[in-house]
Amino acid sequence: MVERVANGWVGTADYIASDELMRIVNVAIALGRPLLIKGEPGTGKTLLAASIARGLGMPLLTWQIKSTTRAREGLSVYDAVQRLYDSRFEDKGVSRIEQYITLGPLGQAFASPERVVLLIDEIDKADVEFPNDLLHELDQMSFAIPETGRTITAAHRPVVVITSNSEKELPDAFLRRVVFHYIEFPDRALMASIVHVHFPNLARELLQQALTSFYQMREVDGLRKRPSTSELIDWVAALLAHGVDPAALQADLPFLGTLIKREQDMAALARSKRWRR
Amino acid sequence: MAPVDRTGPGPSPESAPGLLLFGELFFGLRGAGVKVGLSEWMTLMQVLASGVVRPDLTEFYHVARSLLVKSENLYDTWDQVFGAIFGDGQMPTRVAEELLAWLAHPLPLPELSPEELAAWGRLSLDELRRLFEQRLREQSERHDGGSRWIGTGGTSPFGHGGVHPGGLRVGGQGRNRSAAQIAAERRFHAYRDDRILDTRALTVALKKLRRLGRVGEPELDVEESIDRTCRNGGELTLELRPPRTNEARILLLMDVGGSMDPYIQLVERLFSAARGLHHWRNFEAFSFHNCVYEKLYPKVYGRDGVATADILQGRSERSFLVMVGDASMAPGELVERYGAIDYYHRNGTPGIVWLHRLRTRFPRAVWLNPMPEAWWGGWTTRIIAELFPMFPLTLGGLEDAVDNLVRGRPDAVPDLDSLEKWYSRRDSNARPTV
Repeated sequence: MVERVANGWVGTADYIASDELMRIVNVAIALGRPLLIKGEPGTGKTLLAASIARGLGMPLLTWQIKSTTRAREGLSVYDAVQRLYDSRFEDKGVSRIEQYITLGPLGQAFASPERVVLLIDEIDKADVEFPNDLLHELDQMSFAIPETGRTITAAHRPVVVITSNSEKELPDAFLRRVVFHYIEFPDRALMASIVHVHFPNLARELLQQALTSFYQMREVDGLRKRPSTSELIDWVAALLAHGVDPAALQADLPFLGTLIKREQDMAALARSKRWRR
Repeated sequence: MAPVDRTGPGPSPESAPGLLLFGELFFGLRGAGVKVGLSEWMTLMQVLASGVVRPDLTEFYHVARSLLVKSENLYDTWDQVFGAIFGDGQMPTRVAEELLAWLAHPLPLPELSPEELAAWGRLSLDELRRLFEQRLREQSERHDGGSRWIGTGGTSPFGHGGVHPGGLRVGGQGRNRSAAQIAAERRFHAYRDDRILDTRALTVALKKLRRLGRVGEPELDVEESIDRTCRNGGELTLELRPPRTNEARILLLMDVGGSMDPYIQLVERLFSAARGLHHWRNFEAFSFHNCVYEKLYPKVYGRDGVATADILQGRSERSFLVMVGDASMAPGELVERYGAIDYYHRNGTPGIVWLHRLRTRFPRAVWLNPMPEAWWGGWTTRIIAELFPMFPLTLGGLEDAVDNLVRGRPDAVPDLDSLEKWYSRRDSNARPTV
């Protein structure tokens, strides 16, 4: 049951992962179980799958979940309309149903001759029953196409990464089968190396000052959306593009709009005593 | 740290880390309210036995957590249980020593048949514990080395077969901080689900409050019609069905009396989360002062009330009634005529009767109490908790309340007479006049 991976995933040059995240990714891969990742927006949940794929040299398939997504679509879709059209207007043999069946992302992951990474992004967007509908397929790593009766079984268990923003509760039966990890918001040191990946030539002073302001801002009470990693990256980019002097950051915060996106939050920031200094 | 001595005559229960670990960690987590299943436990054993995990307590901390704990809300509980079992990071406990020693030389996992596993899974916690203790006793009597789940000898995941190489260095030396230190930091305290709520968490919890139904005029389901038509060889097949809508109507009644002052922000947050969620067929909120009498107030400080009787009659009995209040008041305010706290307010009908009418009219009703559960011993609180299913106003409490509202059959309403036994204890003259 426990499959060894020759070289475990250790993060990639453009994705800095904490030690525990590396360990847990490798445990999930070894067990062949889906890895459920939660965490604040901007903690790199979605990027994780891409990094695992690159790090292990596997192709990446993405299944972006929307509120209308149904489990069936991930497996296979039968294009009955095209078939009917062909039967009427094209001189084409329509008795081969296979040609009207398209595999969904999960179906492709099972059918792939090599091991792939499958990202099921934002699973909580879908209907509450959605995760339960996938239980059997994820357990057995196989499914049948109803139109043709053909069964597709995965030659290699795909590495399944599932992200959730906790919009909805996930069912217990689903949770029992996954490896779960909550990505904590990066601490200052980890954040410094994340920023470094994006801006290798960033002056130390500017980085330190930007991080100080950033973490102070996250502490402000009453923010509806605290700035996260992606906002920090945008902000640093803006600071760099305009050649802002790090010393000036102590007095004033230019380009605040890259960090704070809501009007109420701007107001909360203005109110905050901590922030006024 | 002293090397673990394993030169004794054969393995003893003390040298079975899986057994110890199971006893402490599995039951520790279950006892603390983390619903760890046996299959999750077996998965952990499988991983440990496979050698993927190094003999390092920090590594064990993270890997075990990822398999046993499936919500960040429970991370703090995990930290506490972990800290209690594996010590404060200074002195490794026996469980920690045994675990690390085993991880250094994990034994292969015995095959446990799916039937066996299923049988274990069906057991209640008590039965499981009994079986566990029985196995523990058996083990100290004989070492059969069979394929027992908690056995000893080579085929068990839990026992050490034979003499373990001594002199093993134990203790969780993580790269940065030890697991016990991480656990002791309790960084996940903010994610606990029994903590007080923020708006977003409230919204997520409230979203589950829904009553989905297909009602109204049937509409053409375009996609389904196309699909059916094509599968039918082009013969037009129409698929009609009523639209799916959320039928839930919410009636929120909030206590804004003086004793609620400490919780007013929290209640405001609940109100704004509930109102901001354009998710229900109907949402109405009213306030009251300490207890409900003939009038309810659409505005918090308003004097213009709406007759409670009109609310009782005019709102669908299928509405969800959510009461929010500390249920704490002077006894007279609840059970006596003219007992209202406002001197000029002369209520001819005691508050308890109004509460009872509300509860009877709206069978799906809950009471959310912002006070910590430990303080629910007050006289009026106990009576009201008899009448309404009462939940703490925390994330966990709100989720339980929502589950209570949407589940199949609502709780039965106790009749006023049976409530009477409560207040008659205090004062036989306090019988309500209906």
